[in-house]
Amino acid sequence: MDYLLKMHSLSASYGTNIVLQDVEFIVMENDFIGVIGPNGGGKTTLLRIILGLLKPVSGNIVFNTNLVVANTIGYLPQMSTGDVSYPVTVTDIVLSGLMMRKGIISRMTSTDKRKAERVIGELGLTGLENATLNELSGGQMQRVFLGRAIIGDPKLLLLDEPGNFVDTTFENDFYEKLRELNKRMAILMVSHDVGTISAHIKSFACVNRKLHYHPSHEITNDDLLAYGCPIQVVSHGDIPHTVLKIHK
Amino acid sequence: MGNNIFQYDFIIKGLLGAVFASITAGLAGTYIVSKRMVFLSGGITHASFGGIGIGYFLGINPVVGAAVFGILSALGIEYLSVKQKIREDSAIGMLWAFGMAVGIIFIYLTPGYSPNLMSYLFGSILTVTNADIIALGVMSLVLILYFGIFYRTILYISFDELFARTYSSYVDIFKYLTTALVALTIVLNIRMAGVVLVLSLLTIPPNIAMIFTRVYFKIVIWSVIAGFIGTAAGYTISYFAGVPVGATIIFTLVLIWFIAKSINHLVVYFLKIKTRAV
Repeated sequence: MDYLLKMHSLSASYGTNIVLQDVEFIVMENDFIGVIGPNGGGKTTLLRIILGLLKPVSGNIVFNTNLVVANTIGYLPQMSTGDVSYPVTVTDIVLSGLMMRKGIISRMTSTDKRKAERVIGELGLTGLENATLNELSGGQMQRVFLGRAIIGDPKLLLLDEPGNFVDTTFENDFYEKLRELNKRMAILMVSHDVGTISAHIKSFACVNRKLHYHPSHEITNDDLLAYGCPIQVVSHGDIPHTVLKIHK
Repeated sequence: MGNNIFQYDFIIKGLLGAVFASITAGLAGTYIVSKRMVFLSGGITHASFGGIGIGYFLGINPVVGAAVFGILSALGIEYLSVKQKIREDSAIGMLWAFGMAVGIIFIYLTPGYSPNLMSYLFGSILTVTNADIIALGVMSLVLILYFGIFYRTILYISFDELFARTYSSYVDIFKYLTTALVALTIVLNIRMAGVVLVLSLLTIPPNIAMIFTRVYFKIVIWSVIAGFIGTAAGYTISYFAGVPVGATIIFTLVLIWFIAKSINHLVVYFLKIKTRAV
């Protein structure tokens, strides 16, 4: 097992507002890390740093260039990007995941198209190749974007709040799919839903300006408190319920 | 005899104008309709009228003035809205009226009578020069090459700009370049349809195409065809009925849209009845 990326005393800020401070973080091959933390704590900033959309103000991030070729990170953004009524087909959206390796003058080859067909089949979207997004359900849309993220066979897959637009019927399928993908790529998943993801991930990274790595998929309120990561933990039971903070 | 040559010249000019107008409008129009930039394009169109007025006043070709005004205002709005220094729709609204105001002021300040003013507002094939046709022809070629070579890059940036930024550092260059080309397309087509109506020349054909297909490049192709039918029919009617060409083209295009939409509704309706009967 080799590392994919290392962050060393990395800090990031927007203007004078420091969002990440002295982050030490290593992502290994086959990792499945849940990135949790309060809103504005720096979860998305961490992804932006990895994607190269934001440069650290100090410290550094080093990729293992044997495994992670520049610009070949799979990325599933939050649902808000992309116009669902845009006239672009499922196949074309999935193919756009290959643009990272292609120049601006890009032609899709028949190999590329076969690859897209395979990914579409793998994600259970066969028959919807020529559909546009507004003809799909939320779960199907998410699978299209997942297809775009994985068509390039990345070694690292970043997911930003994938739970946000999953319909519950599809949720289990989705996490099952991720478990399968995890056999060939490391996954970093930003989520606010600690309870749901803990059943699927291998470890946690708590981000609240500082980053604390928690090498287990089980995490308690005490851990979160110790990490300075004040978020709500949702526990599972027969009846859906939310555990609130103890009244004093 | 002389009359025949004049007519022949007129027909060739009209035909070429129709071909080039539908190619440029189809390519630029599909882009602005898909990207929901119709209002921005309206702003560009009317802002460029300021350039026409200043062109008149300075005695230079008004189309050159319009091109400068159109491109600068397009890039200005794009830039300011990216920086989030302004509310985009308000800025467009202001620019829209400001361009018209500047245009009218300078045309009134220009000594002598301005016989072509109406042709800039509503379009007239009679005032279209050979240079205008050549410019539109060159523009058609430029757009075909540009969209042909960079098809996927342009499509993906315009569909999901944020995602495109994760793999490309050329997002802004392409965004500004495409917007500038759209502005130039609008300005060159003002001679055909006029300031008031040119936007419809860009937006109606893609909307006709989108009744039948949702695939981007097919929308472009059907837009060009629909645009050509509308423009050619518009010229012919305009010539025989003696009404302004821009208005006739738009009227024809809306009629085509209405007929296409009705046929589409009927087909869907009968298919439903058929499946129910089965």
